[in-house]
Amino acid sequence: MNSPVLEIKHGAVAYDRPVLRDVNLTVRSGEVVAVLGANGSGKSTMIRAGLGLVPLAEGQVELFGVPLRRFRDWRRIGYVPQRLGAGGGVPATVGEVVSSGRLARRGFPGLLRAGDRQAVAKALAAVDLTDRVHDPVAALSGGQQQRTLIARALAGEPDLLVLDEPTAGVDAKSQEAFAQALRDFVRHGGTVLLVAHELGPLQPVITRAVVVHDGVIAHDGAVPHPAGHHAEPGHDHVHPHAPQDPPSIWGRQ
Amino acid sequence: MNVNLIEIMSLPFMQRALLGALITGLIAPSLGIYLVQRRMSLIGDGIGHIALTGVGVGLLTGTSPVLTAIIVSALGAVAVELIRERGRTSGDIALAILFYGGIAGGVFLVGLAPGKGSANLTSYLFGSLLTTSAMDLITIAILGACVLAVTVGLRPWLFAICQDEEYAKVSGLPVRTLNLLLAVMTAVTVTVAMRSVGLLLVSALMVVPVAAAQLVSRGFGGTMTLAMLGGVISAGVGILTSAGYDTAPGATIVLAAIALFVLVAAVGAVLRRRRRADTGPAAVCDPPECVLDS
Ligand SMILES: Nc1ncnc2c1ncn2[C@@H]1O[C@H](COP(=O)(O)OP(=O)(O)OP(=O)(O)O)[C@@H](O)[C@H]1O
Ligand SMILES: [Mg+2]
Repeated sequence: MNSPVLEIKHGAVAYDRPVLRDVNLTVRSGEVVAVLGANGSGKSTMIRAGLGLVPLAEGQVELFGVPLRRFRDWRRIGYVPQRLGAGGGVPATVGEVVSSGRLARRGFPGLLRAGDRQAVAKALAAVDLTDRVHDPVAALSGGQQQRTLIARALAGEPDLLVLDEPTAGVDAKSQEAFAQALRDFVRHGGTVLLVAHELGPLQPVITRAVVVHDGVIAHDGAVPHPAGHHAEPGHDHVHPHAPQDPPSIWGRQ
Repeated sequence: MNVNLIEIMSLPFMQRALLGALITGLIAPSLGIYLVQRRMSLIGDGIGHIALTGVGVGLLTGTSPVLTAIIVSALGAVAVELIRERGRTSGDIALAILFYGGIAGGVFLVGLAPGKGSANLTSYLFGSLLTTSAMDLITIAILGACVLAVTVGLRPWLFAICQDEEYAKVSGLPVRTLNLLLAVMTAVTVTVAMRSVGLLLVSALMVVPVAAAQLVSRGFGGTMTLAMLGGVISAGVGILTSAGYDTAPGATIVLAAIALFVLVAAVGAVLRRRRRADTGPAAVCDPPECVLDS
């Protein structure tokens, strides 16, 4: 039951300057771990390093007990990035984006099978976007886009969900729905690692909190204290999809 | 003029030209859509520049320019992909050097080739559909089939890597391999299109039909289907028009694609205005979400 699902040992990451110095994090099966910390403290960097998206300067990562380098069982992982990817040059429907969550489970790409369709439909229902399935994602609000990304991760029916600020810009009702979806996910044996600034309705679901500060995990244990309410006036919303990058032949940056 | 057109189109070389153009019209947007998705629409143009060096190498060494163009532009496309992967801003400059080096190198090498004048160069820069031989057509068909097998057959994977590369990595897709495959297919498409529209206009046929399609479609699959249809229509209309007026086929095809874009934009605008007038302002959010939470 309590086998480690994601483990970072003495992880260090540096971009231009060091961001993480010596991070030790173990997420065990069945846990719901919240990663807290100030903007720029390295929360995203830490979970991205845990998924192999950012190279570690030092230390090791193990997923489901397998060193990252040898890990192949990606279907067990669902990832919700902080932002939608750069590929917005051509419209894509909500259904198309969520369906790509099935790719880790399908071998060679062919037509979606009945099982794929069911999982996609279920994931869309969980985030209450069933009626928007044929709409282009660009036409959705920031919060709805965030829910689309959550549905994409859920559609893969993973064992571990890694979410980077899944509730940023998501309204209270959808946060409740998301908390319920997480509860169901954990009840069926899932494990969750999520970054958040305010836990809100997620609070009761969280089993452990870690705080990233100054390149290390400064706190690991109970949730420190209730964070401010999501809809607090003057609260600075981190909007995942706000301004588009200026177009260039690069696409990014 | 009509009878004249039928007469012209019954000539075998015109039929080969038409077929070659139709194949190009089909495959160029099917590849271009991924470049547009990544907001790298102009990359096709750059690969076209690099292909000219390949042509120069072919003419100089007496090998098939198509073969050398594929090899050199594939190398160039892989280099572009490696620069993109790094994501450095200075990559912009590296691309400029690569692209202009490509076209200058091509012109330079063609100049060195014995007895190959500027007329030859023009045929690669702006297309030379009318001289398509049966053998050329077979090459175009085979290369076109390879491109389609990748762009259509691997669509869910390519869609995923162009939509959200990091997510694709976490899905366990062979992202690097797919990116390189896409780069090589871009080079192949450029070389195929070199015949019909020429290296300087290649990018137009990759991008303009996609731009027209996304004016009316809501999803990626729909955009791809419509773009390929639009590419074929532009190629057909372009060839017939160029036969009727005796204009350069490549340029006429590109103008047909742009005309299609303008037409779709105009019709789309009219339809949208009418729809808005019919239904009034549409509800833009789920009703419960309109309630402010306390
Ligand atoms: N690709 C990158 N290149 C260079 N520096 C980066 C890059 N990504 C992040 N950083 C830097 O690393 C630090 C940590 O960034 P990270 O995105 O992990 O913060 P975070 O804790 O997730 O913040 P937020 O709460 O705003 O999401 C920041 O100082 C940021 O400037
Ligand atoms: Mg972050």
